[in-house]
Amino acid sequence: MLLTSMPSGSTITTDPAWRGRITLFVFGLILLWPMLVMTEFKPWELMDAQSLNATWRFLIAFFPPAHSTEFLLIVATATWQTIAMASAGMALAMIAAIPLTLIINEHLSISRIGLRRMSWPAMLVRQTIRWVLVLLRSVPELVWALLFVRIVGLGPTAGVLAIALTYAGMLGKVYAEILETSDPLATDTLLQNGCSRLTAFFYGALPNAAAELTSYTIYRWECAIRGSVVMGFVGAGGLGQRMDESLKMLSGAEVSTMLLVFVVLVAIADSVSKLFRKGLAT
Amino acid sequence: MSHPDLDVNALVNTNAAKPAVNLPKAPQMMRPVTAVTLLLLLALVIASFISLPSKWNELFTADAGSKTIEFLQGFAPPDVSTGMLHKVGIATFETLAMSALGTLIAAILGLLLALPASGRFGVIAMSTTRLFLNIARAIPELVWASIMLIAAGLGPFAGTIALAAHTTGVLGRLFAESLENTSPHAESTLRINGATAINAFLYAKLPQALPQMLSYTLYRWENNIRAAAILGVVGAGGLGQMLKYFLSLFQMQSAATVIIAMLMLVAMVDWLSFALRRWLVH
Repeated sequence: MLLTSMPSGSTITTDPAWRGRITLFVFGLILLWPMLVMTEFKPWELMDAQSLNATWRFLIAFFPPAHSTEFLLIVATATWQTIAMASAGMALAMIAAIPLTLIINEHLSISRIGLRRMSWPAMLVRQTIRWVLVLLRSVPELVWALLFVRIVGLGPTAGVLAIALTYAGMLGKVYAEILETSDPLATDTLLQNGCSRLTAFFYGALPNAAAELTSYTIYRWECAIRGSVVMGFVGAGGLGQRMDESLKMLSGAEVSTMLLVFVVLVAIADSVSKLFRKGLAT
Repeated sequence: MSHPDLDVNALVNTNAAKPAVNLPKAPQMMRPVTAVTLLLLLALVIASFISLPSKWNELFTADAGSKTIEFLQGFAPPDVSTGMLHKVGIATFETLAMSALGTLIAAILGLLLALPASGRFGVIAMSTTRLFLNIARAIPELVWASIMLIAAGLGPFAGTIALAAHTTGVLGRLFAESLENTSPHAESTLRINGATAINAFLYAKLPQALPQMLSYTLYRWENNIRAAAILGVVGAGGLGQMLKYFLSLFQMQSAATVIIAMLMLVAMVDWLSFALRRWLVH
């Protein structure tokens, strides 16, 4: 490009911003160095003959995937166990989350009416339960599973309890948010005219928010299925535990079958959840 | 929902003998489809509880209660000796380094794969890259990590690659979408005026899409810090590996310190991202 202010014939050949770019690049490298050391980042070890050999043999075994009837039956059982774990965990989480969300819902506060602010015991109870919910969902589900495996032993019970606790924390918080963002007018009117809190909830708040609440619950069920596969790796049963065992035996064929089943399972859960939510939106 | 229509006949034919109160018909409680779906879901949950080889009976005995309390008491007080804190600090930095490096690698690979995935090199390249990205995305980090253990051995390196593999799938797709969604005018103007394809991309397309890509990358980094904290339970470094180690040695007080470190890390990330978002919005 030729600018009038420049002597005619000369064009810019160097990048005008090169100083800044180089400084940024060097600064980035200085930052990167300790991270590379810390993570023991040695890609050349992957190219090591011995490790390459082991990886190659493992990957070659992926084709064809294991498909003996006996093994497929085991995989089918494990897959059902994964789905069952997620569904049972979600059911327990809802049983715990619904009462908690009713307690912390500010629209259902009676002391708030007229004064526009809550009495302090009501505030205290709500805040305590909010903190319990924060604690429940802050501990990752995998850590809950690790702990429960120590208490109830190996098997899907640990997974169900882990999902139940984490998801109770999430559902409780989000249910309350959905209910509190909807218009409080109906609930207020009912409460001011002497309805009980439960009646005000069922006839005032719920009809407005029902679709959104269901949609979020289904979305979480989908997440729970994904989560319950992963939880098997710490010994909580289902597809993950089988995959962990096959990986430890370096059985590539079995791993590839289970990866396929897993990808299909997640895809199905994803589309079922989308279908449901689309049905709710209309 | 059915519309509560007024009964027109009743309105017209009202006679004095029947002082009918012409209330609109009550709305249907639920559509038959909804009822059937709810029943099916209930059946799924019941089937889940029945089929799981659970140990609910054991969970609710007096013995189990005292065992659980004893187990929980083992965690208190957390080990806060200098040596332990030092180790936890190192593991926390390892977790952060794993997540940062994994995200960086994923951003670079994701950008490279987003070019064919956005349809720049023909339909065949587009569909194969998309298939690859979808598979990488469908497999969770933890499963990637346990597969990577075979190639890379125990330690944070396997975790870093696992994070990079999953995140490449996610970012590749998001980057491809943002490349597709930016306006094509600037790039085609440069091309028509004789700029090479690479220059046109670097000086027109990339600067347009870069802010969105950067925001996606930061968002994934936030997710990856959370993931990296627990990735170690399969042996892939960071805080998770420490937790697994102390739990299997039944050193509950040290395990408690690690769990607290995890919670603090996650809380810090949540707070930072909240603050950053608010700062960016205002």
